[in-house]
Amino acid sequence: MAIDNAVGVLAAEGGEGGFWEDTYPVIPHPGELIVGIISFAALYFLYKKYVVPRLETMLAERQRTIEGGIERAEAMQAEAKAALEQYRAQLAEARNEAAQIRDQARAEGQQILEELRTQAQEESARIVARGEEQIAASRQQVINELRGQIGALAVDLAGRVVGESLADDARRNGTVDRFLDQLDGMVGAGGRGGATAASEGTR
Amino acid sequence: MTTEVSAAEEFVPPSAPDFWQPLVGDGAFALTRSMVVMVLVTIGLAVVMMLVTRRLAVVPGRGQFRLEGMYGLVRNSIGRDIIGSAHFKPYIPLLFTLFTLILVNNLMGIIPPIQFPTMSRIGFPLALALGVYVVYLVAGVRRRGIGGFLKNLVPSGLPLFVVPVVFVLELVTFLITRPVTLTLRLFGNMFAGHILLLLFALGGEFLLLHGDGLLKLVSIPAFLMFFLFSAFEILIAFLQAYVFILLASIYIAEVYADDH
Repeated sequence: MAIDNAVGVLAAEGGEGGFWEDTYPVIPHPGELIVGIISFAALYFLYKKYVVPRLETMLAERQRTIEGGIERAEAMQAEAKAALEQYRAQLAEARNEAAQIRDQARAEGQQILEELRTQAQEESARIVARGEEQIAASRQQVINELRGQIGALAVDLAGRVVGESLADDARRNGTVDRFLDQLDGMVGAGGRGGATAASEGTR
Repeated sequence: MTTEVSAAEEFVPPSAPDFWQPLVGDGAFALTRSMVVMVLVTIGLAVVMMLVTRRLAVVPGRGQFRLEGMYGLVRNSIGRDIIGSAHFKPYIPLLFTLFTLILVNNLMGIIPPIQFPTMSRIGFPLALALGVYVVYLVAGVRRRGIGGFLKNLVPSGLPLFVVPVVFVLELVTFLITRPVTLTLRLFGNMFAGHILLLLFALGGEFLLLHGDGLLKLVSIPAFLMFFLFSAFEILIAFLQAYVFILLASIYIAEVYADDH
């Protein structure tokens, strides 16, 4: 029917325009439809085989690169964080250690001070003791000297008083010693000074 | 267009026959101007795409950056967002082919010296729509089988007496309305747009050459309108390419939608 019509139109128009010039523009021209399909199909297969796979490969690679970059950055951040933690821990440890050392030093100082003090005390005690010893020795010496001198003086004095020469040394010595012992006994009696003096007076 | 005199005196507005431009031969298989444009655009796209994608770098250069912008629009904004990230991958070549082919062919409508929109000849949009048609029908049948595909046309839970009506309506939508509207939308936009451009160009020319006195000046706004609409056509060219793949994705997405 359509073809008959087309033939009729062609016949009527003669060489003027032809069916394809005068027909409705919504009637597809077969040649154009075929060229359209072929072009479309050719381009489609080219895109499917080359263009789109290449683009997809590149996009996937880019995504991998970006993800790799992010991963690397994350790893580095984690590493930095770990290092910071470690550093902080070390710092805390060092502070702790320093505090410990300080405490220890303080304790040691205290101890040393204590030791020195006791040493000093011992030393002073020793010095005092030696001093006392020396004093005692000096006193003994003085007493011994005085005993000699007092003996001589007393004998001399007594000789003069009694007018009797005590030439005999042994006798003299015995007398002096007896006297001094008596003197010692009086000193040992202590508080009874008056009685001693009285007994001395009787002598 | 009968005599020389009337051609000079009367303005012949542009009409459908102006789009029939056979270069070699005549009839159903004549080599037409739009065929040449289509083939040139296809070869040009093939060469450019192969060259640009030959060495793709992770850090893109200028050409690659532009290509990636376009590819990202088709792949992510349309393919992934509409079809869904689970199923969109096999359809990227189809969508990208459609988008680039339509866009560049549409732009040919205003790029001198070609200045002929291929898609204003209905055979080409029909070829593209047939491609989409085959893809979404095959995908639908492959996913659910013929029975499942037919059953899926009718939403569940309808009253029994409505089911046959809805079934017929949906079947007509699937088999006829969708490819036809897909074809006609693209064809109509480019056809009408080009007629408008022709009207302003030819009208301005006629006024300038054959207008009386001051009427010649009216050709100035006519030519201004021509430039304005040329700019507008760039927008249309992009928009129609976008709408075409948007609808194609929606039809494909329906295959994977589990509910109506």
